[in-house]
Amino acid sequence: MPDILAVLNGVSPAWFLIVAGLLAWGAPWSPVRKALMLIGPCFALLAWFATHETGVYGVIDLGPFQLETFRFDSLSRIWVLVFILIAFINGVYALHERNRMTDGAALIYAGAAVGAVLSGDLLTLFFFWELTALASAPLIFAAGAPMAHRAGLRYLAIQVLSGVLLLAGAAVWASQTGSWGCDAIGVDSAAGVMLLLAFGVKAGFPLLHMWLPDAYPKATGVGSVVLSAFTTKLAVYALARGFAGEGALIAIGLVMAVFPIVFALVSNDLRQTLAYALINQLGFMVVGVGLGNELALNGAAANAFVGVIYMALMFMTLGAVLHRTGTVKATELGGLFKSMPVTGVCAIIGALSVAGVPLFSGFVAKTLILSGAHYAHNDLAYAILVYASAGVMELSVLKVVYCAFFGEARHHQVREAPQTMLLGMALAAFLCVYLGVDYRALYELLPFGIDDYEPYKLNNVFGQVQLLLGGAFVFALAVGFKLFPLKSDHTILDADWFYRRLGDGAARWGKAMGELLVHAINTALTAGVARLRARLFNLFNPAGALSREFPSGLMALWTAIMLAAVLLVSYFSPMS
Amino acid sequence: MTVGQWLPTALAAHAPVLLVAVPLILSTPAAILRTGRAGWAIALSGALLALLCAVELFLATRADGAVISYALGGWPPPFGIEFRVDGLNAALLLLLTGAAVLALIFARPSVENEINADKRSLFYSAFLVSLSGLAGVAITGDAFNLFVFLEISSIPTYALIAMGANRDRRALTSAFNYLVMGAIGATFFVIGVGFLYMATGTLNMADLARLLVDMDGDRVVRMGFAFILVGLGLKAALFPLHLWLPGAYAYAPSFVTVFLATTATKVAFYVIIRFSFDVFAIDSGFVVNALTYVVTPLAIAGMIVASAQALFQTDVRRLLAYSSVAQAGYMMLGLGMGSQAGVSAGVLHLINHALMKGVLFMALGAFAISYGVRRIENCKGLGMMMPMTASAFTLGALSLIGVPFTVGFISKFYLIQAALAQGWIFAVAAILISSVLAVFYCYRILVNLWVTPIPEGRRDLAQPTPYLILVPLVGLALANLVFGVHAAPLVDIAETAAAAAINAGTGS
Repeated sequence: MPDILAVLNGVSPAWFLIVAGLLAWGAPWSPVRKALMLIGPCFALLAWFATHETGVYGVIDLGPFQLETFRFDSLSRIWVLVFILIAFINGVYALHERNRMTDGAALIYAGAAVGAVLSGDLLTLFFFWELTALASAPLIFAAGAPMAHRAGLRYLAIQVLSGVLLLAGAAVWASQTGSWGCDAIGVDSAAGVMLLLAFGVKAGFPLLHMWLPDAYPKATGVGSVVLSAFTTKLAVYALARGFAGEGALIAIGLVMAVFPIVFALVSNDLRQTLAYALINQLGFMVVGVGLGNELALNGAAANAFVGVIYMALMFMTLGAVLHRTGTVKATELGGLFKSMPVTGVCAIIGALSVAGVPLFSGFVAKTLILSGAHYAHNDLAYAILVYASAGVMELSVLKVVYCAFFGEARHHQVREAPQTMLLGMALAAFLCVYLGVDYRALYELLPFGIDDYEPYKLNNVFGQVQLLLGGAFVFALAVGFKLFPLKSDHTILDADWFYRRLGDGAARWGKAMGELLVHAINTALTAGVARLRARLFNLFNPAGALSREFPSGLMALWTAIMLAAVLLVSYFSPMS
Repeated sequence: MTVGQWLPTALAAHAPVLLVAVPLILSTPAAILRTGRAGWAIALSGALLALLCAVELFLATRADGAVISYALGGWPPPFGIEFRVDGLNAALLLLLTGAAVLALIFARPSVENEINADKRSLFYSAFLVSLSGLAGVAITGDAFNLFVFLEISSIPTYALIAMGANRDRRALTSAFNYLVMGAIGATFFVIGVGFLYMATGTLNMADLARLLVDMDGDRVVRMGFAFILVGLGLKAALFPLHLWLPGAYAYAPSFVTVFLATTATKVAFYVIIRFSFDVFAIDSGFVVNALTYVVTPLAIAGMIVASAQALFQTDVRRLLAYSSVAQAGYMMLGLGMGSQAGVSAGVLHLINHALMKGVLFMALGAFAISYGVRRIENCKGLGMMMPMTASAFTLGALSLIGVPFTVGFISKFYLIQAALAQGWIFAVAAILISSVLAVFYCYRILVNLWVTPIPEGRRDLAQPTPYLILVPLVGLALANLVFGVHAAPLVDIAETAAAAAINAGTGS
């Protein structure tokens, strides 16, 4: 065993995931693919353990560029670990699914996310950044419905755009500073702003977030689990790398933490509700990054770690519900706890974690950020985060659990979820509880040592419990007034109204006008273009003026002309 | 780096002269033997021996600033003829002899397909003379001797090109055109050397460099420079003096095209570097001005116009020939910058261009042997029928475009860097425009290769590609990839060469 570890020391875990993913993509036998989905993450985890020393490994020398594919330090360590864990859990959870496209894609996607976290320079980051976009899109397409297909295309377009922004920003950054290094960047320059936008698209910044509630609910049941885990957390990591302590991020993060509440409550699609809850989670992390002190950065990292797990758990339970009932609409579900008790318990554990109930993982992570805000004497941020943690998180996840598993039964006579799904959920649920209790295990992974921090202080616990009770009271009122579930089933358009309605309308109008214009121009231009093309062809074609076999005399003339030119230039040159 | 010596000392001491003399002497038995196979074996052994000498010289000049000076016949320079090897021409000699060996491996099936049996041994004999002449041009340290070797290399080349007349009579006019142009170029060169001799009284290049430092204002010297630059520009196919090149490349036998495209213009380019930076001091005003105001605009015009011409060609080899003119523009652009970074980028592109055009023309040779393909529309479906060759061709084409992870990307990157360091945004724009044009003309071929289905009746003709073609072809194609990823060795060679060219120009 130590031998294997010695061999794996300094080998990027990303390769194991990507190679396993490529193999799974090619493998026509389902058992092989399933085995790969478990073995790949295991090897990646081994590689993670094998690499003890922080440092840069796997440098690819590409002439002018040094691609650092494996930068292992205190910040990247924790992200990589949770990505590998969730890839494994997803492997267990997805054992029942027979879909060649999603198996391979999920692994490659995980590998790309790990690779992006480990990349030490912007070019490598760009490579893996785009790979996450490309590898994750099949997870949405695989759902098969035409709506999923369109959403997938929108998703892909926005993700690739983010990558292009990243490359452009990186190129400008490198030309200004002479370094492709992926370190602190700051928004002082145009390059910094471009990179911030590139990261912001993936992190779901307000007005850039539309792809998230648009695409996640339309992915396959398994797909949304993976999707929820990687892309956004990767963006938070990139922000922590490049923009830690950037004041603007606090404001952005606060908006992200608050605004999803309305959408989360009115959305009828429970996975969309979760997507909005996810943005709220991201808001916490972005605030943590923006605060930039050690406590807050630790908080962002811890939140990312536990957030990946409990959001995946929530999406897994809904995936199980979707698998058995074929729907996750709030209006069509209810009372499932009787038929799917284990799934229900897992969902409750996940919800308690999301809400930040003491003894669950959300609590130990969230208090770090709250303390960070407190420590930075940013009282406004503190107050808003407190409100957001009570209001948004709790209400939205309680709504999910209530609407799916309790409330009015909708006569779904279903069996409990498959064993393998249950196992995957149980693993995640176990981690949620374990990290909440044995919080030292989590804290030891954090980028900055915080041995003396104690989350279970009396006022912390009491404050949180008060908040939760307040939130629960509001929720009870809402149930009492029969606000859940909303009676109608409708599509919510938030900021994506701009591009889906306004943009669509403008596009239609523009298309009609454009067609008229094109027709008019066409008739005028066809003749002109044909003439131009004929001219060019006359000039350049094999028998054309510029390509003919020249008589030697003409060539000699050219020679003489050039000689004259050189002579003129050299005659009139000054003495040095 | 250690100065390796791996030939026996007695041979190593005479490596410079052996490199030139062995092919020259072997050309006689090759001509006498009258059988193609024997001629081929002799030519290959001659090229291999030359390669050995070149490797020896290359290793010996790896140390910083190491220069090997060999006095021919024991007459010390500047009175006798000197062979002089430094970091710049050691790299070129290695490229020249290496390309000759690879091209010769490719030659046997190709020549047997294209040349009449009774002419083959003469063909190889002419090739050996040409190789010897090119090596002499690259190695000599004497200006007049350089002219002699230029002629030695050119005359058999005209004959070699004319051998293509078997398949296409236009080879004859092309060879004749080349002959006239080559004669003009060589004459210009020798006139220039005459002027220099008049002004300085010496023909030894190192000696010239020493004397010319103080003769900046001399009109005769300037006149000499103009003649030399134009004469060599013609040999190096500097736009618009490239007119001989497309015909020569398109109608010559495949093997000759492979060899010429990888070496001949490169050698002339080397001589331009040698004279502009080494013999004439680059810091004299007229050299810089000529490079900046004449060579650079012409290089850029060549990059764009020749690429546009390539776009409209129907004959694949003509297309690639025009692309070669455009690529020569890249090298000239690097030279025109007059900076060390520019020369280094130019030399790097010289090496890389040899790698990619070697692959492309060899693959075309293979297509021609198997199916007689010459026109673009005849390439249809070849990707299915000759996957190895077509893949190698595709790699070469991608490299030509400058796709990352190929050598073409590396040299374009360095060129752009050098242009940026100079503040020449227009040069960067020209490189990008020319690259876009390259995408289009490569696309035309690649689509035919891979996308269009095989025409009816073609499938039955399938013939395997001979191994003697596949081996050098695949080797070169992989080199395009390997040095595209692991670029350090080539970049190092180019930088050493540029340093040798620029630092030696102090006249020391």
